Amino acid sequence: MDYAFQAEGLVKRFGSTTALDGVDLAARPGSVLGVLGPNGAGKTTSVRILATLLRPDAGRAVVGGFDAVHKPHEVRRRIGLTGQYASVDEDLTGTQNLVLIGQLLDLPKREARHRAHELLHQFDLAEAAGRPVRTYSGGMRRRLDLAASLVGRPNVIFLDEPTTGLDPVKRDDVWHMIRGLTAEGVTVLLTTQYLEEADALADEISVIDHGRVIAHGTSSDLKRVVGGQTVVVRPTDAGRMDEVRAILSAVAGRAAERPGPGVLSVPVDGDAAFTAVVRRLDDAGIGVTELALRLPSLDEVFFALTHPSSQAAKAAEKVLA
Amino acid sequence: MTTITVPVLAKGRPMGLVRHSLALARRSLIKTLRTPEQLLDVTLQPIIFIAIFVYLLGGAITGSRTTYLQFLLPALLVQTVMFASVATGASLNTDVKKGVFDRFRSLPISRAAPLIGSVVGDLVRFVVSIVVMLGFGAAIGFRIKTSPLEVLAACLLVMLFAFCLSWIWVLFGVLMREPGAVQGVAFMAMFPLTFGTNMLVPTDTLPGWLQAWVKINPVADVMAAARGLMNGGPVASPVLTTIAWSLGILAVFAPLAVAAYRRKA
Repeated sequence: MDYAFQAEGLVKRFGSTTALDGVDLAARPGSVLGVLGPNGAGKTTSVRILATLLRPDAGRAVVGGFDAVHKPHEVRRRIGLTGQYASVDEDLTGTQNLVLIGQLLDLPKREARHRAHELLHQFDLAEAAGRPVRTYSGGMRRRLDLAASLVGRPNVIFLDEPTTGLDPVKRDDVWHMIRGLTAEGVTVLLTTQYLEEADALADEISVIDHGRVIAHGTSSDLKRVVGGQTVVVRPTDAGRMDEVRAILSAVAGRAAERPGPGVLSVPVDGDAAFTAVVRRLDDAGIGVTELALRLPSLDEVFFALTHPSSQAAKAAEKVLA
Repeated sequence: MTTITVPVLAKGRPMGLVRHSLALARRSLIKTLRTPEQLLDVTLQPIIFIAIFVYLLGGAITGSRTTYLQFLLPALLVQTVMFASVATGASLNTDVKKGVFDRFRSLPISRAAPLIGSVVGDLVRFVVSIVVMLGFGAAIGFRIKTSPLEVLAACLLVMLFAFCLSWIWVLFGVLMREPGAVQGVAFMAMFPLTFGTNMLVPTDTLPGWLQAWVKINPVADVMAAARGLMNGGPVASPVLTTIAWSLGILAVFAPLAVAAYRRKA
Protein backbone atom coordinates (compact mmCIF):
# COMPACT_ATOMS: atom_id res chain seq x y z
CA MET A 1 0.00 0.00 0.00
CA ASP A 2 1.40 3.39 -1.00
CA TYR A 3 0.64 6.23 1.36
CA ALA A 4 0.84 9.92 0.55
CA PHE A 5 2.27 10.33 4.01
CA GLN A 6 2.94 8.00 6.85
CA ALA A 7 4.07 8.39 10.42
CA GLU A 8 5.23 5.36 12.36
CA GLY A 9 5.78 5.23 16.08
CA LEU A 10 6.39 8.96 16.49
CA VAL A 11 7.70 9.87 19.92
CA LYS A 12 8.32 13.45 20.98
CA ARG A 13 9.23 14.72 24.41
CA PHE A 14 9.43 18.30 25.58
CA GLY A 15 11.41 18.23 28.78
CA SER A 16 9.62 15.81 31.06
CA THR A 17 6.37 15.98 29.07
CA THR A 18 5.75 13.27 26.53
CA ALA A 19 3.77 14.94 23.77
CA LEU A 20 3.74 11.95 21.47
CA ASP A 21 4.01 8.41 22.73
CA GLY A 22 4.15 6.31 19.57
CA VAL A 23 1.78 7.85 17.05
CA ASP A 24 1.00 6.13 13.75
CA LEU A 25 -0.80 8.04 11.03
CA ALA A 26 -1.19 7.34 7.33
CA ALA A 27 -3.32 8.47 4.43
CA ARG A 28 -3.80 7.19 0.91
CA PRO A 29 -3.19 9.65 -1.92
CA GLY A 30 -6.18 11.88 -2.54
CA SER A 31 -7.86 11.11 0.76
CA VAL A 32 -8.56 13.18 3.84
CA LEU A 33 -7.24 11.89 7.14
CA GLY A 34 -8.99 13.48 10.08
CA VAL A 35 -6.92 13.67 13.25
CA LEU A 36 -9.28 14.17 16.11
CA GLY A 37 -8.41 14.92 19.68
CA PRO A 38 -8.76 17.35 22.56
CA ASN A 39 -6.34 20.21 23.17
CA GLY A 40 -2.89 18.97 24.05
CA ALA A 41 -3.51 15.50 22.67
CA GLY A 42 -0.56 15.76 20.27
CA LYS A 43 -2.27 16.76 17.03
CA THR A 44 -0.16 19.81 16.32
CA THR A 45 3.06 18.10 17.32
CA SER A 46 2.32 15.28 14.89
CA VAL A 47 1.64 17.74 12.09
CA ARG A 48 4.80 19.71 12.83
CA ILE A 49 6.89 16.56 12.62
CA LEU A 50 5.33 15.53 9.30
CA ALA A 51 5.82 19.09 8.02
CA THR A 52 9.56 18.98 8.99
CA LEU A 53 9.23 21.69 11.62
CA LEU A 54 10.09 19.34 14.46
CA ARG A 55 12.30 16.29 14.69
CA PRO A 56 10.83 13.25 16.38
CA ASP A 57 12.76 11.65 19.24
CA ALA A 58 11.84 8.26 17.82
CA GLY A 59 9.82 6.92 14.95
CA ARG A 60 9.69 7.83 11.30
CA ALA A 61 7.72 10.30 9.22
CA VAL A 62 7.59 9.83 5.44
CA VAL A 63 5.90 12.25 3.07
CA GLY A 64 5.69 11.62 -0.66
CA GLY A 65 8.20 8.81 -0.24
CA PHE A 66 10.79 11.05 1.49
CA ASP A 67 11.89 10.87 5.09
CA ALA A 68 11.01 14.08 6.93
CA VAL A 69 14.20 13.99 9.00
CA HIS A 70 16.73 12.96 6.36
CA LYS A 71 15.22 14.60 3.27
CA PRO A 72 13.36 17.61 4.69
CA HIS A 73 14.01 19.67 1.57
CA GLU A 74 12.28 17.09 -0.63
CA VAL A 75 9.36 16.92 1.79
CA ARG A 76 9.06 20.71 1.85
CA ARG A 77 8.81 20.78 -1.94
CA ARG A 78 5.68 18.66 -1.74
CA ILE A 79 3.73 20.00 1.19
CA GLY A 80 1.55 22.91 2.16
CA LEU A 81 1.00 23.87 5.78
CA THR A 82 -1.70 25.91 7.41
CA GLY A 83 -1.28 26.40 11.12
CA GLN A 84 -3.77 27.11 13.85
CA TYR A 85 -3.06 30.80 13.59
CA ALA A 86 -2.99 32.35 10.17
CA SER A 87 0.65 32.37 9.08
CA VAL A 88 0.52 35.27 6.71
CA ASP A 89 2.22 38.63 7.07
CA GLU A 90 0.00 41.34 8.50
CA ASP A 91 1.86 44.23 6.94
CA LEU A 92 1.88 42.82 3.44
CA THR A 93 -1.08 42.83 1.09
CA GLY A 94 -2.77 39.61 0.03
CA THR A 95 -0.99 39.74 -3.30
CA GLN A 96 2.40 40.51 -1.74
CA ASN A 97 2.04 37.56 0.62
CA LEU A 98 1.31 35.11 -2.15
CA VAL A 99 3.89 36.51 -4.58
CA LEU A 100 6.55 36.28 -1.86
CA ILE A 101 5.79 32.62 -1.33
CA GLY A 102 5.81 32.03 -5.07
CA GLN A 103 9.25 33.59 -5.28
CA LEU A 104 10.52 31.54 -2.38
CA LEU A 105 9.24 28.49 -4.24
CA ASP A 106 11.36 29.55 -7.22
CA LEU A 107 8.48 30.42 -9.48
CA PRO A 108 9.54 33.01 -12.05
CA LYS A 109 8.21 36.44 -11.07
CA ARG A 110 5.47 36.44 -13.73
CA GLU A 111 4.38 32.98 -12.81
CA ALA A 112 4.34 33.94 -9.11
CA ARG A 113 2.10 36.93 -9.87
CA HIS A 114 -0.14 34.83 -12.04
CA ARG A 115 -0.50 32.15 -9.39
CA ALA A 116 -1.23 34.76 -6.71
CA HIS A 117 -3.91 36.32 -8.89
CA GLU A 118 -5.45 32.93 -9.63
CA LEU A 119 -5.56 31.90 -5.96
CA LEU A 120 -6.94 35.22 -4.76
CA HIS A 121 -9.80 34.80 -7.20
CA GLN A 122 -10.33 31.19 -6.28
CA PHE A 123 -10.52 32.10 -2.60
CA ASP A 124 -12.77 35.05 -3.14
CA LEU A 125 -10.17 37.58 -2.08
CA ALA A 126 -9.70 39.41 -5.38
CA GLU A 127 -11.24 42.60 -4.06
CA ALA A 128 -9.02 42.67 -0.98
CA ALA A 129 -5.89 41.67 -2.90
CA GLY A 130 -4.28 45.10 -2.64
CA ARG A 131 -5.05 45.71 1.03
CA PRO A 132 -2.70 44.92 3.90
CA VAL A 133 -3.73 41.73 5.64
CA ARG A 134 -4.15 43.58 8.94
CA THR A 135 -7.41 44.95 7.50
CA TYR A 136 -8.76 41.45 6.76
CA SER A 137 -11.42 39.69 8.81
CA GLY A 138 -10.62 36.39 10.51
CA GLY A 139 -12.28 34.42 7.76
CA MET A 140 -10.38 36.26 5.06
CA ARG A 141 -7.09 35.60 6.80
CA ARG A 142 -7.81 31.91 6.98
CA ARG A 143 -8.66 31.84 3.32
CA LEU A 144 -5.47 33.69 2.45
CA ASP A 145 -3.54 31.35 4.68
CA LEU A 146 -5.01 28.37 2.89
CA ALA A 147 -4.24 30.01 -0.45
CA ALA A 148 -0.66 30.60 0.71
CA SER A 149 -0.17 26.91 1.40
CA LEU A 150 -1.36 26.08 -2.13
CA VAL A 151 0.95 28.37 -4.10
CA GLY A 152 3.36 25.55 -4.91
CA ARG A 153 0.57 23.10 -5.82
CA PRO A 154 1.50 20.68 -3.04
CA ASN A 155 0.60 16.99 -3.15
CA VAL A 156 0.02 16.89 0.56
CA ILE A 157 -1.48 19.61 2.67
CA PHE A 158 -1.53 19.81 6.44
CA LEU A 159 -4.39 21.77 7.91
CA ASP A 160 -4.02 22.26 11.63
CA GLU A 161 -7.43 23.18 13.01
CA PRO A 162 -8.28 25.28 9.97
CA THR A 163 -11.72 26.27 11.21
CA THR A 164 -11.04 26.96 14.87
CA GLY A 165 -12.60 30.31 15.75
CA LEU A 166 -14.55 30.69 12.51
CA ASP A 167 -18.28 31.27 12.41
CA PRO A 168 -20.41 28.54 10.78
CA VAL A 169 -20.65 30.28 7.41
CA LYS A 170 -16.90 30.80 7.15
CA ARG A 171 -16.39 27.26 8.33
CA ASP A 172 -18.57 25.98 5.50
CA ASP A 173 -16.41 27.99 3.07
CA VAL A 174 -13.30 26.26 4.36
CA TRP A 175 -14.99 22.86 4.15
CA HIS A 176 -15.95 23.59 0.59
CA MET A 177 -12.34 24.44 -0.25
CA ILE A 178 -11.04 21.30 1.39
CA ARG A 179 -13.42 19.20 -0.69
CA GLY A 180 -12.22 21.08 -3.76
CA LEU A 181 -8.62 20.13 -2.94
CA THR A 182 -9.30 16.45 -2.66
CA ALA A 183 -11.17 16.59 -5.95
CA GLU A 184 -7.85 17.67 -7.45
CA GLY A 185 -6.08 14.69 -5.92
CA VAL A 186 -4.42 16.48 -3.02
CA THR A 187 -4.01 14.45 0.14
CA VAL A 188 -5.14 16.29 3.24
CA LEU A 189 -4.31 15.84 6.90
CA LEU A 190 -6.88 17.72 8.88
CA THR A 191 -6.67 18.13 12.61
CA THR A 192 -9.76 19.20 14.40
CA GLN A 193 -11.51 19.25 17.72
CA TYR A 194 -14.84 19.15 15.97
CA LEU A 195 -16.30 15.73 15.44
CA GLU A 196 -18.75 17.16 13.02
CA GLU A 197 -15.88 18.39 10.89
CA ALA A 198 -14.12 15.05 10.86
CA ASP A 199 -17.43 13.39 10.08
CA ALA A 200 -18.11 15.74 7.17
CA LEU A 201 -14.66 15.74 5.55
CA ALA A 202 -12.50 12.81 6.56
CA ASP A 203 -12.30 9.53 4.70
CA GLU A 204 -10.61 8.04 7.71
CA ILE A 205 -10.23 9.30 11.25
CA SER A 206 -7.49 8.76 13.79
CA VAL A 207 -8.43 9.68 17.30
CA ILE A 208 -5.50 10.92 19.39
CA ASP A 209 -5.43 11.33 23.11
CA HIS A 210 -2.46 11.74 25.47
CA GLY A 211 -0.01 11.33 22.60
CA ARG A 212 -1.40 8.04 21.35
CA VAL A 213 -3.77 7.01 18.61
CA ILE A 214 -6.60 5.40 20.52
CA ALA A 215 -8.75 4.52 17.53
CA HIS A 216 -8.61 4.58 13.77
CA GLY A 217 -11.19 3.90 11.10
CA THR A 218 -13.87 5.47 8.98
CA SER A 219 -16.45 7.56 10.73
CA SER A 220 -18.97 4.71 10.55
CA ASP A 221 -16.37 2.18 11.77
CA LEU A 222 -15.91 4.29 14.85
CA LYS A 223 -19.60 4.72 15.39
CA ARG A 224 -20.26 1.04 14.98
CA VAL A 225 -17.73 0.09 17.58
CA VAL A 226 -19.00 2.31 20.32
CA GLY A 227 -22.50 1.40 21.48
CA GLY A 228 -24.62 -0.23 18.81
CA GLN A 229 -27.34 1.26 16.68
CA THR A 230 -30.65 2.68 17.81
CA VAL A 231 -34.08 2.33 16.23
CA VAL A 232 -36.14 5.50 16.45
CA VAL A 233 -39.88 5.57 15.79
CA ARG A 234 -42.37 8.44 15.76
CA PRO A 235 -45.90 7.10 15.21
CA THR A 236 -48.36 9.30 13.28
CA ASP A 237 -51.04 8.63 15.85
CA ALA A 238 -49.73 9.52 19.31
CA GLY A 239 -52.51 7.37 20.76
CA ARG A 240 -50.71 4.22 19.65
CA MET A 241 -47.50 4.88 21.58
CA ASP A 242 -48.08 1.92 23.88
CA GLU A 243 -48.43 -0.50 20.98
CA VAL A 244 -45.19 0.84 19.46
CA ARG A 245 -43.45 0.54 22.82
CA ALA A 246 -44.53 -3.08 23.05
CA ILE A 247 -43.25 -3.89 19.56
CA LEU A 248 -39.86 -2.24 20.17
CA SER A 249 -39.39 -3.98 23.50
CA ALA A 250 -40.33 -7.32 22.01
CA VAL A 251 -37.89 -7.02 19.10
CA ALA A 252 -34.96 -5.56 21.00
CA GLY A 253 -35.45 -7.62 24.12
CA ARG A 254 -35.11 -4.49 26.32
CA ALA A 255 -37.26 -1.58 27.38
CA ALA A 256 -37.82 1.25 24.90
CA GLU A 257 -36.96 4.81 25.91
CA ARG A 258 -38.73 8.04 25.23
CA PRO A 259 -36.02 10.52 24.14
CA GLY A 260 -38.59 13.22 23.36
CA PRO A 261 -42.33 13.82 23.11
CA GLY A 262 -43.99 11.46 20.62
CA VAL A 263 -40.77 9.54 19.95
CA LEU A 264 -39.60 6.14 21.13
CA SER A 265 -36.18 4.59 20.73
CA VAL A 266 -34.44 1.38 21.62
CA PRO A 267 -30.84 0.17 21.22
CA VAL A 268 -30.58 -2.86 18.92
CA ASP A 269 -27.83 -5.33 18.15
CA GLY A 270 -28.04 -5.53 14.37
CA ASP A 271 -29.83 -4.42 11.20
CA ALA A 272 -32.12 -7.45 11.35
CA ALA A 273 -33.91 -5.89 14.31
CA PHE A 274 -34.78 -2.88 12.20
CA THR A 275 -36.43 -5.04 9.52
CA ALA A 276 -38.36 -6.83 12.22
CA VAL A 277 -39.62 -3.53 13.66
CA VAL A 278 -40.73 -2.37 10.21
CA ARG A 279 -42.58 -5.64 9.56
CA ARG A 280 -44.39 -5.63 12.89
CA LEU A 281 -45.42 -1.98 12.63
CA ASP A 282 -46.78 -2.72 9.15
CA ASP A 283 -48.65 -5.84 10.39
CA ALA A 284 -50.22 -3.77 13.17
CA GLY A 285 -51.17 -1.03 10.69
CA ILE A 286 -49.33 1.67 12.64
CA GLY A 287 -48.33 4.67 10.47
CA VAL A 288 -45.08 6.51 11.23
CA THR A 289 -43.80 10.00 10.46
CA GLU A 290 -40.25 9.06 11.42
CA LEU A 291 -38.51 5.73 11.37
CA ALA A 292 -34.74 5.48 11.53
CA LEU A 293 -31.77 3.31 12.37
CA ARG A 294 -29.21 5.63 13.94
CA LEU A 295 -25.52 5.31 14.67
CA PRO A 296 -24.25 7.07 17.75
CA SER A 297 -22.91 10.55 17.04
CA LEU A 298 -19.16 11.01 16.83
CA ASP A 299 -19.45 13.05 20.00
CA GLU A 300 -20.61 9.98 21.83
CA VAL A 301 -17.86 7.94 20.20
CA PHE A 302 -15.25 10.46 21.15
CA PHE A 303 -16.45 10.70 24.71
CA ALA A 304 -16.37 6.95 25.03
CA LEU A 305 -12.88 6.70 23.53
CA THR A 306 -11.27 9.47 25.54
CA HIS A 307 -12.62 8.22 28.83
CA PRO A 308 -10.63 5.05 29.14
CA SER A 309 -12.66 3.69 32.02
CA SER A 310 -15.61 3.17 29.74
CA GLN A 311 -16.31 -0.28 28.40
CA ALA A 312 -16.72 1.08 24.91
CA ALA A 313 -13.16 2.38 24.85
CA LYS A 314 -11.79 -1.01 25.70
CA ALA A 315 -13.90 -2.61 23.00
CA ALA A 316 -12.80 0.05 20.53
CA GLU A 317 -9.13 -0.47 21.25
CA LYS A 318 -9.46 -4.16 20.66
CA VAL A 319 -11.20 -3.76 17.33
CA LEU A 320 -9.54 -0.70 15.89
CA ALA A 321 -6.17 0.08 17.33
CA MET B 1 4.92 6.35 -5.34
CA THR B 2 3.06 6.00 -8.61
CA THR B 3 0.41 8.51 -7.65
CA ILE B 4 2.83 11.21 -6.54
CA THR B 5 3.09 13.79 -9.29
CA VAL B 6 6.10 16.03 -9.53
CA PRO B 7 5.32 19.56 -8.36
CA VAL B 8 5.53 22.37 -10.87
CA LEU B 9 8.37 24.01 -8.98
CA ALA B 10 11.42 24.74 -11.05
CA LYS B 11 14.12 22.61 -9.54
CA GLY B 12 17.32 24.01 -8.16
CA ARG B 13 17.68 27.31 -9.97
CA PRO B 14 21.14 28.64 -9.17
CA MET B 15 21.73 31.39 -6.60
CA GLY B 16 18.70 30.25 -4.62
CA LEU B 17 19.99 31.63 -1.35
CA VAL B 18 20.64 35.06 -2.83
CA ARG B 19 17.25 35.28 -4.53
CA HIS B 20 15.33 34.00 -1.50
CA SER B 21 17.18 36.35 0.83
CA LEU B 22 16.47 39.32 -1.42
CA ALA B 23 12.78 38.39 -1.68
CA LEU B 24 12.65 38.25 2.12
CA ALA B 25 14.62 41.49 2.45
CA ARG B 26 11.97 43.09 0.27
CA ARG B 27 9.32 41.79 2.64
CA SER B 28 11.16 43.32 5.56
CA LEU B 29 11.45 46.61 3.67
CA ILE B 30 7.74 46.69 2.87
CA LYS B 31 7.00 46.09 6.55
CA THR B 32 9.26 48.96 7.60
CA LEU B 33 7.73 51.36 5.09
CA ARG B 34 4.22 50.39 6.12
CA THR B 35 4.92 51.11 9.78
CA PRO B 36 7.08 54.24 9.62
CA GLU B 37 6.85 54.68 13.39
CA GLN B 38 9.46 51.89 13.49
CA LEU B 39 11.86 54.45 12.09
CA LEU B 40 11.57 56.83 15.04
CA ASP B 41 14.75 55.50 16.60
CA VAL B 42 16.70 56.33 13.46
CA THR B 43 15.06 59.66 12.68
CA LEU B 44 13.94 61.66 15.67
CA GLN B 45 16.22 60.06 18.22
CA PRO B 46 19.55 60.97 16.55
CA ILE B 47 18.36 64.55 16.15
CA ILE B 48 17.59 64.72 19.84
CA PHE B 49 21.00 63.25 20.68
CA ILE B 50 22.82 65.75 18.49
CA ALA B 51 20.86 68.58 20.05
CA ILE B 52 21.50 67.41 23.61
CA PHE B 53 25.22 66.83 23.19
CA VAL B 54 25.93 69.89 21.06
CA TYR B 55 23.82 72.49 22.84
CA LEU B 56 24.04 71.12 26.35
CA LEU B 57 27.67 69.97 26.48
CA GLY B 58 29.32 71.47 23.43
CA GLY B 59 29.97 74.89 24.89
CA ALA B 60 31.45 73.46 28.08
CA ILE B 61 33.64 70.90 26.36
CA THR B 62 35.23 72.84 23.53
CA GLY B 63 34.00 76.37 24.04
CA SER B 64 32.51 76.36 20.55
CA ARG B 65 29.38 74.50 19.52
CA THR B 66 30.47 74.33 15.87
CA THR B 67 33.84 72.83 16.76
CA TYR B 68 32.16 70.33 19.01
CA LEU B 69 29.59 69.37 16.36
CA GLN B 70 32.43 68.73 13.93
CA PHE B 71 34.14 66.52 16.54
CA LEU B 72 30.98 64.74 17.69
CA LEU B 73 28.95 63.99 14.57
CA PRO B 74 31.07 61.29 12.88
CA ALA B 75 31.33 59.39 16.16
CA LEU B 76 27.68 59.86 17.05
CA LEU B 77 26.86 58.50 13.60
CA VAL B 78 28.63 55.28 14.55
CA GLN B 79 26.72 55.06 17.83
CA THR B 80 23.35 55.72 16.19
CA VAL B 81 23.81 53.13 13.49
CA MET B 82 25.03 50.61 16.04
CA PHE B 83 21.93 51.15 18.17
CA ALA B 84 19.80 50.89 15.06
CA SER B 85 21.23 47.42 14.46
CA VAL B 86 19.72 46.13 17.70
CA ALA B 87 16.18 46.45 16.35
CA THR B 88 16.91 43.70 13.82
CA GLY B 89 17.36 41.18 16.57
CA ALA B 90 14.34 42.34 18.53
CA SER B 91 11.99 42.37 15.55
CA LEU B 92 13.31 39.01 14.40
CA ASN B 93 12.49 37.62 17.81
CA THR B 94 8.88 38.79 17.38
CA ASP B 95 8.76 37.47 13.85
CA VAL B 96 10.12 34.02 14.64
CA LYS B 97 7.31 33.45 17.12
CA LYS B 98 4.67 34.33 14.59
CA GLY B 99 3.20 31.88 12.14
CA VAL B 100 4.95 33.49 9.19
CA PHE B 101 8.27 32.00 10.13
CA ASP B 102 6.65 28.58 10.44
CA ARG B 103 5.59 29.01 6.87
CA PHE B 104 9.14 29.96 5.84
CA ARG B 105 10.42 26.92 7.65
CA SER B 106 8.03 24.67 5.78
CA LEU B 107 9.28 25.98 2.43
CA PRO B 108 12.18 24.43 0.51
CA ILE B 109 14.52 27.36 1.12
CA SER B 110 17.77 27.67 3.03
CA ARG B 111 17.42 28.23 6.75
CA ALA B 112 19.76 31.18 6.41
CA ALA B 113 17.49 33.02 3.97
CA PRO B 114 14.94 34.46 6.45
CA LEU B 115 17.76 35.69 8.70
CA ILE B 116 19.76 37.24 5.87
CA GLY B 117 16.55 38.78 4.55
CA SER B 118 15.86 40.48 7.88
CA VAL B 119 19.38 41.84 8.26
CA VAL B 120 19.63 43.06 4.67
CA GLY B 121 16.14 44.57 4.76
CA ASP B 122 17.10 46.56 7.84
CA LEU B 123 20.01 48.20 6.04
CA VAL B 124 17.46 50.80 5.03
CA ARG B 125 17.29 51.85 8.68
CA PHE B 126 21.02 52.58 8.65
CA VAL B 127 20.67 54.62 5.47
CA VAL B 128 17.80 56.62 6.94
CA SER B 129 19.69 57.38 10.14
CA ILE B 130 22.82 58.46 8.26
CA VAL B 131 20.83 60.72 5.93
CA VAL B 132 18.95 62.27 8.85
CA MET B 133 22.12 62.90 10.86
CA LEU B 134 24.15 64.35 8.03
CA GLY B 135 21.17 66.46 6.97
CA PHE B 136 20.47 67.82 10.43
CA GLY B 137 24.18 68.22 11.11
CA ALA B 138 24.64 70.24 7.92
CA ALA B 139 21.68 72.40 8.84
CA ILE B 140 23.25 73.41 12.14
CA GLY B 141 26.75 73.90 10.85
CA PHE B 142 28.51 70.57 10.20
CA ARG B 143 30.85 70.87 7.23
CA ILE B 144 32.65 68.15 5.29
CA LYS B 145 36.39 68.72 5.55
CA THR B 146 37.36 65.99 3.13
CA SER B 147 35.52 64.96 -0.07
CA PRO B 148 32.04 63.54 -0.73
CA LEU B 149 33.68 60.29 -1.77
CA GLU B 150 35.42 59.95 1.58
CA VAL B 151 32.20 60.74 3.40
CA LEU B 152 30.49 58.03 1.37
CA ALA B 153 33.29 55.66 2.32
CA ALA B 154 32.77 56.57 5.98
CA CYS B 155 29.05 55.84 5.70
CA LEU B 156 29.63 52.52 3.98
CA LEU B 157 32.23 51.55 6.58
CA VAL B 158 29.88 52.35 9.44
CA MET B 159 27.12 50.39 7.75
CA LEU B 160 29.41 47.43 7.21
CA PHE B 161 30.31 47.40 10.88
CA ALA B 162 26.67 47.65 11.99
CA PHE B 163 25.58 45.01 9.47
CA CYS B 164 28.09 42.56 10.91
CA LEU B 165 27.18 43.56 14.44
CA SER B 166 23.51 42.81 13.63
CA TRP B 167 24.33 39.12 13.54
CA ILE B 168 25.06 39.15 17.27
CA TRP B 169 21.57 40.54 17.91
CA VAL B 170 20.11 38.06 15.40
CA LEU B 171 21.66 35.25 17.43
CA PHE B 172 20.11 36.71 20.60
CA GLY B 173 16.84 37.20 18.74
CA VAL B 174 16.73 33.53 17.83
CA LEU B 175 17.79 32.29 21.27
CA MET B 176 15.90 34.58 23.64
CA ARG B 177 12.26 34.44 24.54
CA GLU B 178 11.25 38.09 24.49
CA PRO B 179 12.07 40.97 22.18
CA GLY B 180 12.45 43.14 25.27
CA ALA B 181 15.12 40.81 26.61
CA VAL B 182 17.03 41.00 23.34
CA GLN B 183 16.96 44.76 23.53
CA GLY B 184 17.94 44.79 27.20
CA VAL B 185 20.98 42.58 26.75
CA ALA B 186 22.01 44.38 23.59
CA PHE B 187 21.79 47.82 25.18
CA MET B 188 23.77 46.64 28.18
CA ALA B 189 26.57 45.69 25.80
CA MET B 190 26.18 48.83 23.73
CA PHE B 191 26.67 51.42 26.47
CA PRO B 192 30.26 50.52 27.38
CA LEU B 193 31.04 49.92 23.73
CA THR B 194 29.77 53.25 22.43
CA PHE B 195 30.24 55.59 25.40
CA GLY B 196 33.51 53.94 26.40
CA THR B 197 35.23 55.79 23.58
CA ASN B 198 36.38 59.26 22.71
CA MET B 199 32.98 59.95 21.17
CA LEU B 200 32.12 62.79 23.56
CA VAL B 201 35.49 63.91 24.93
CA PRO B 202 39.15 63.45 23.97
CA THR B 203 40.74 60.27 25.35
CA ASP B 204 43.41 62.11 27.34
CA THR B 205 40.74 63.63 29.62
CA LEU B 206 39.68 60.15 30.75
CA PRO B 207 41.01 58.30 33.83
CA GLY B 208 43.72 55.74 33.14
CA TRP B 209 41.60 52.61 33.35
CA LEU B 210 39.09 54.08 30.94
CA GLN B 211 41.86 55.09 28.57
CA ALA B 212 42.99 51.47 28.60
CA TRP B 213 39.48 50.35 27.67
CA VAL B 214 39.23 52.91 24.86
CA LYS B 215 42.49 51.57 23.45
CA ILE B 216 41.13 48.03 23.09
CA ASN B 217 37.54 48.97 22.28
CA PRO B 218 36.99 48.33 18.55
CA VAL B 219 34.20 50.90 18.42
CA ALA B 220 36.82 53.58 19.13
CA ASP B 221 38.53 52.51 15.92
CA VAL B 222 35.29 52.72 13.95
CA MET B 223 34.77 56.22 15.30
CA ALA B 224 38.35 57.19 14.51
CA ALA B 225 37.90 55.90 10.97
CA ALA B 226 34.65 57.86 10.53
CA ARG B 227 36.27 61.02 11.91
CA GLY B 228 39.29 60.60 9.71
CA LEU B 229 37.19 60.12 6.58
CA MET B 230 34.94 63.09 7.34
CA ASN B 231 37.22 65.56 9.12
CA GLY B 232 40.58 64.54 7.75
CA GLY B 233 43.52 62.86 9.46
CA PRO B 234 45.06 59.39 9.31
CA VAL B 235 42.57 56.69 8.31
CA ALA B 236 44.45 53.62 7.08
CA SER B 237 44.89 51.92 10.44
CA PRO B 238 41.41 52.52 11.93
CA VAL B 239 39.71 51.59 8.62
CA LEU B 240 41.60 48.31 8.41
CA THR B 241 40.93 47.57 12.07
CA THR B 242 37.22 48.25 11.52
CA ILE B 243 37.05 45.98 8.50
CA ALA B 244 38.91 43.23 10.36
CA TRP B 245 36.57 43.45 13.36
CA SER B 246 33.50 43.53 11.12
CA LEU B 247 34.46 40.43 9.18
CA GLY B 248 35.55 38.71 12.37
CA ILE B 249 32.19 39.33 14.05
CA LEU B 250 30.36 38.22 10.91
CA ALA B 251 32.42 35.06 10.59
CA VAL B 252 31.67 34.04 14.17
CA PHE B 253 28.08 35.15 14.71
CA ALA B 254 26.37 34.63 11.35
CA PRO B 255 27.03 30.86 11.38
CA LEU B 256 26.08 30.68 15.06
CA ALA B 257 22.79 32.50 14.40
CA VAL B 258 21.92 30.25 11.46
CA ALA B 259 22.82 27.16 13.48
CA ALA B 260 20.67 28.31 16.39
CA TYR B 261 17.77 29.01 14.05
CA ARG B 262 18.19 25.65 12.35
CA ARG B 263 18.20 23.87 15.68
CA LYS B 264 14.83 25.34 16.50
CA ALA B 265 13.26 23.43 13.63
